[in-house]
Amino acid sequence: MLQIECPWCGARDQEEFQYGGEAHIVRPENPDSLTDAHWADYLFNRTNVKGVHAEQWCHAAGCRRWFNVLRDTMSYKILAAYRPGEQPPGSEE
Amino acid sequence: MTSARRLQSGGLVDRSRRIRFKFNGRDYFGHPGDTLASALLAQGVRLFGRSFKYHRRRGVVGAGAEEPNALVQVGEGAYSTPNLKATQVELYDGLTARTVNGWPSLAFDIGAINNRLSRLLPAGFYYKTFMWPKSAWMRYEHHIRHAAGLGRTPSLPDPDQYDKRHAHCDVLVVGAGPTGLIAALGAARSGARVMMVDEQSQLGGSLLSAPAVIGGQAGLDWAGEVEAELRALPEVTILSRSTVTGYYDHNFLSVNERRTDHLGPAQSDTPGSRERLWRIRAKQVVLATGAIERPLVFDGNDTPGVMLASAVSTYIHRYAVAPGRSGVVFTNNDSGYQAAIDMSNAGMEVRAVVDVRMTAGADVAKTVADMGIPVYLGYVVPSVQSGLQGLKRIEMAKLSADGRAILSHKGLVDCQVLAVSGGWSPVVHLHSQSGGRPCYRESQACFVPGTSVQDERSAGACAGSFSLAACLQEGADAGVSAAAQSGWPGGYVDIPVAVERDEAPLQPLWEVPAGALAGDRVKKFLDFQNDTTASDIRLAAREGYRSIEHVKRYTALGFGTDQGKLGNINGLAILAETLGKSPGEVGTTTFRPNYTPVTFGTVAGRALGEQLFDPVRKTAIHAWHVRRGAMFENVGQWKRPWFYPREGEEMHAAVNRECLATRSSVGVLDASTLGKIDIRGPDASRFLNLLYTNNWDNLQPGRCRYGFMLGEDGMVMDDGVTTCIASDHYLMTTTTGGAAAVMSWMERWLQTEWPELKVYLTSVTDHWSVMSVAGPNARAVIKTAGCDRNLDAEAFPFMSMQSGEVAGIPARISRISFSGESAFEISVDANQGLALWEAIMTAGRDYDITPYGTEAMHVLRAEKGYVIVGQDTDGSVTPVDLGMDWIVSKKKDFIGKRSLSRSDTDRPNRKQLVGLKTQDPSRVLPEGAQLVNTPQAERPVPMVGHVSSSYYSAHLGHSIALALVKGGLSRMGGTIYAHLMDGSVVPATICSPIFFDPENERTKS
Ligand SMILES: [Zn+2]
Repeated sequence: MLQIECPWCGARDQEEFQYGGEAHIVRPENPDSLTDAHWADYLFNRTNVKGVHAEQWCHAAGCRRWFNVLRDTMSYKILAAYRPGEQPPGSEE
Repeated sequence: MTSARRLQSGGLVDRSRRIRFKFNGRDYFGHPGDTLASALLAQGVRLFGRSFKYHRRRGVVGAGAEEPNALVQVGEGAYSTPNLKATQVELYDGLTARTVNGWPSLAFDIGAINNRLSRLLPAGFYYKTFMWPKSAWMRYEHHIRHAAGLGRTPSLPDPDQYDKRHAHCDVLVVGAGPTGLIAALGAARSGARVMMVDEQSQLGGSLLSAPAVIGGQAGLDWAGEVEAELRALPEVTILSRSTVTGYYDHNFLSVNERRTDHLGPAQSDTPGSRERLWRIRAKQVVLATGAIERPLVFDGNDTPGVMLASAVSTYIHRYAVAPGRSGVVFTNNDSGYQAAIDMSNAGMEVRAVVDVRMTAGADVAKTVADMGIPVYLGYVVPSVQSGLQGLKRIEMAKLSADGRAILSHKGLVDCQVLAVSGGWSPVVHLHSQSGGRPCYRESQACFVPGTSVQDERSAGACAGSFSLAACLQEGADAGVSAAAQSGWPGGYVDIPVAVERDEAPLQPLWEVPAGALAGDRVKKFLDFQNDTTASDIRLAAREGYRSIEHVKRYTALGFGTDQGKLGNINGLAILAETLGKSPGEVGTTTFRPNYTPVTFGTVAGRALGEQLFDPVRKTAIHAWHVRRGAMFENVGQWKRPWFYPREGEEMHAAVNRECLATRSSVGVLDASTLGKIDIRGPDASRFLNLLYTNNWDNLQPGRCRYGFMLGEDGMVMDDGVTTCIASDHYLMTTTTGGAAAVMSWMERWLQTEWPELKVYLTSVTDHWSVMSVAGPNARAVIKTAGCDRNLDAEAFPFMSMQSGEVAGIPARISRISFSGESAFEISVDANQGLALWEAIMTAGRDYDITPYGTEAMHVLRAEKGYVIVGQDTDGSVTPVDLGMDWIVSKKKDFIGKRSLSRSDTDRPNRKQLVGLKTQDPSRVLPEGAQLVNTPQAERPVPMVGHVSSSYYSAHLGHSIALALVKGGLSRMGGTIYAHLMDGSVVPATICSPIFFDPENERTKS
């Protein structure tokens, strides 16, 4: 069971959390102006990385807030947890 | 009743007290400190069970968790536990145990016929019979199933309690042998919070089984001193009779603590739990899990009396039991010699040490020679002979230099015990579960832990260090450094001196060629529990299996309750030899939790039943429904009245009566379970516009609107009526089952996509009691109950809400209808719910007011063509498919809108909602019935849809159904056919899904 660092509550067991899939997928501003292919890309296509994955989690049985986590999908190590709207640590450079 | 094999002195048993027990119906006794296995061995019992497939007689092989044969069912009735290892069962007064696999009796076993038919039961037999031909399986199934049982599940509810505890520690030490003890001490002295978990009843590990001198004192005395110091430290927790069963991500480990099993069922009456599941998050882990000796693979190696050399030593030292009168040792390494020394010291006649090597370690060779025990170097035991009570004699033979052939037959040696040692397998299970990959160490012919992936390290025998001195050194280092890495740098421990023996290296011996005693049915067992033999592995290789994972599944190697603790390494080495690879190249199978079996009681803990596993939700009016004799339906976690049968009334009669009463006079439904979300904030209507397909800008306070919520894929996700209470305040209702998911959905969008919206959500489902009063006399009933609002249609139109009082209770009154009737939905504080319900029932007496349940509600709504999300939709249905384009705004964006114009959602001939009328009006189609276009057609028949809702409408006098049919909206008046399970074909006419009052005259009235 993972131990996840909620940015508001601290480290808690995975069973308090709900997984939300890949993070940083922004809903298009004007969906009507998109081609089917572009819309499908937003709707269905995910990177499915082997390695460091940015993903959304919700502290569902806690503060009920959504946040982002960087997790290695091979080792399951969690490298960072950060709030919505923030960029993943180390992504500035 | 004698204890012929019990030694006069020594051991850790208390001879002053007798414990009586029954095994297979016979009386025996043992002493405190005994296990079931040691007590039976002490009384000369050699047969403990039958093997699973061939039903061969089996005896005890090991002395602990590795035991594959001596499986017993312990205890009676509800207390009974199947498949315990006799080597781990502690005795208590009155214990009863039965062999689990001895049907019909241990001495005469019909399943043993399998042994003679063994040519018909090769590896892969079950697969082959399952796969082809099918009829073969039918033929064998009865026999196999009857013979295949391993223990019996108790059929009574478990009276015991089980619980769970969560713990955090700095250092978790697994195993309390010499390595674990010194590791725990080194770590604990730093002040770190240390937990030490050990599976046995007493700390000491290997020190319980063999004589050892540590720092000039007896090994167990040293262990006792370490234990005393640890117990005196406030941050140390020691769990005995506790097994670390799993190592999961982020250093999370599960521990099964057996708290009262050793005391017996008498403890069931005392408070507290029988077993406990610990869930431990450790900063650092020290694995000191030791090693398990490997058997040798030769013909008849499963004969009762063939035991692990270390187990023989354990029975002598720990339990003071000599497992026979005479013994022989067969080994490929020095450690086997210890069994010869121990057997001799215990008064057994040791007739030979058979060592496949040409050189033995100088120290053990000298000791054995001094005792006058003959040693045969370069020899093997290729075959054995057994009598009714197990081993009688062994064959000795010279092995060729390449190990593949028997060169010369040396002769037969009579003995009751053959102590075997094929080397040691470090217990790398937990390391492997933690994500590490064990790697093969050629020099010791064993797998040792690889690189650590999590914060763990292995020390001592589980790391391939088998000498006591090395164990103490590694344990100390591991404990001190683990504490330091967890933030406690002050650990220390002096390493006491332990005698090192001069050792000669092991010589791998994976399989012994068959000898002169072997008949034409040579059987060299790898996995005793599943009867997997060396030739099964070779057969699998011949049939093309290359991966050990596949060979495991094909041959059932390691599938037993012992999970291959003895046989897996031998099996993979034989596969490697067959394939011309090294054992390291073949690799191990995956080690999965649990290390040893865990009872369901422990897994469940207290999370049982309606209170703690799946809580039941009841409305404030529930007690009334119960008194009224309602039958209930589960909707999510809610109990909802399904229908209210009168004395002797069938379900259909009750539902018809409830429907007719509502249509003709007045009915009342407890609608409290509908999800309710209070939405506030200046951006509330903007948010609703994004959530719902229709437009919310123009909804005035006091008005209600129905809405569809779609997923971003355009499919209907939920529906409900939302009421505008003020321009910045709305109350949303959701489906009963979808409430929590909708709440989460809304929170997610607000937090992750539109954080700029000022909207605040509160779940208020339980705050309100809601009842729907429906029917032509609904208004009259509420007037009778007393209401301060003008209820007339003009003053209080359909889809509006007013606050007021009903029967003196403050209420929100809404003109909402899911029944198609003139209806008033009254919401009051949940604490007043029952009072209002009773007031309405009293006021309605003159109108024959009828409470109706969910079944009547379904019929009434289906008559109106109202869909139920999740019944008439299945996640692949858009609002357009439901014929409800009118609710989909063309002007604004909303979640899922773009998907409605995707090529697939936009295509014609999608499945669309229609009504069906069976041509025989009394015939009610089953829900889920598949629909096709022709009454008779060649198979495969193209399916064009299915029935989603179907009822008999008493009001209309015919059956009604809703169905999803390909292109259904353009097939009005057409005929479609339901092909039913009983072979009948039911024709139906496609019609509008609205069967009743399409103009909504009733709802508006
Ligand atoms: Zn939180």
